[in-house]
Amino acid sequence: MNSALLVNIFRFIMLLAIQIVIFNNMNFLGYISPFPYLLYIILYPVNGNRAGLIFSSFLLGLMMDMFCNSGGIHATACVLLAYYRPYIFKFSFGLSYEYQTIKLNESLTPERFSFILVSVLLHHIVLFTLEAFQFKFILDILLRTLFSTIFTIITSIIIIYLIKPHKR
Amino acid sequence: MQQIFNFIIRNSNRLLFLLLLGISLALTIQSHSFHRSKVISSANFLSGGVYERINHINEYLNLRTENEELVLENARLKSLLFNKEDTTKLPLPDSIKGVKPADIIVSKVIHNSYNTHENYITINSGANDGIKQDMGVINSKGIIGVIDNTSPRYATVISILNMKSQINAKLKKSNHFGSLTWDGKSTGFVQLEDVPRLASIRKGDTIVTGGQSVIFPEGINIGTVDKVQTKENSSYYVINVKLFNDMTNLGHVYIIKSKDREELINLEKKGKDE
Repeated sequence: MNSALLVNIFRFIMLLAIQIVIFNNMNFLGYISPFPYLLYIILYPVNGNRAGLIFSSFLLGLMMDMFCNSGGIHATACVLLAYYRPYIFKFSFGLSYEYQTIKLNESLTPERFSFILVSVLLHHIVLFTLEAFQFKFILDILLRTLFSTIFTIITSIIIIYLIKPHKR
Repeated sequence: MQQIFNFIIRNSNRLLFLLLLGISLALTIQSHSFHRSKVISSANFLSGGVYERINHINEYLNLRTENEELVLENARLKSLLFNKEDTTKLPLPDSIKGVKPADIIVSKVIHNSYNTHENYITINSGANDGIKQDMGVINSKGIIGVIDNTSPRYATVISILNMKSQINAKLKKSNHFGSLTWDGKSTGFVQLEDVPRLASIRKGDTIVTGGQSVIFPEGINIGTVDKVQTKENSSYYVINVKLFNDMTNLGHVYIIKSKDREELINLEKKGKDE
């Protein structure tokens, strides 16, 4: 129980650091940058404390906002994703997800991929809508969401494979 | 009372979610409003310190280009110095306030964003160096932005690549002025709006800062005219301005501390009060 908490704290700090030092400076085609810090919310234990997840996601988003000078857009998107995570689990794995022990960092099945896809898409749509804040940029929002989602998923899957524990 | 407690305990997750969502949405909306600076900004001890560390590494890697730019500027300044006209012909300096109406503070960009609609730059000098809100920021090529938030050691700058930014600018050859904004599309171009159609504008004309702004002194380079468009049903031009500066690559910057600023603001305030 305690080691799970430590792993989560370690993930929180490492993902935030990687995001700020490396991925925030990646600007494909001028405006597309991946946000793999979301992995913290995605990889949080399925049966872990829900209030803890929501609050730590808020802190994670707030830290991102501080470093990106973006007001509260990352915090909003993260809190929304953290709150709706169980529903996305239900959508991707079926109703009985709570009784399975899902380990996302094992092999990549279609269910796991769809879970990551829906989570990232939800987060990015909220993020870019709030960032533009005007309806005249609707095309721009959709384009950014599409490309950033692709890049976030690619980097997330690479990171999942890199940090896969070498037990068993 | 019992029922209220039960309700709170049963819905604790939802209430926590709504509370945090409310806070973050409030922060978002607050950051989009025009005349208020942000609650959460990167001008603080933690993020400023981290960005300074990262910048030390980047700076080392860019040492060569930075040096080349400094050499070029040195050469330009030397040529100015050697080709200076006879000083007796110059207008006499203002004997009360000193020679220059503006002071210059040198600073360094430690974080620069240019991929969103509202871009901010973080620099590594702050209130301790005498930097205050609404001072102008330039570099050797042209203008960069206006100071937004300050902390003792760091400050954030509203970049000209920010849709909230509005800067008074004019044509160099005539005195037709307009306001400089950004449409959020390209990092190399900004827009000059509200220029009357009476002005004759040709591609390649230079745009400089106008004298109406209390932030920038008159005549600092901005860019050249790239395309002139006319809004429908309006007697104003919208001009696409190609920036002299490469906003994606900034190193040392100068902050302009205008001595006349407070006097001008007080004067204008007095006029409004009466």
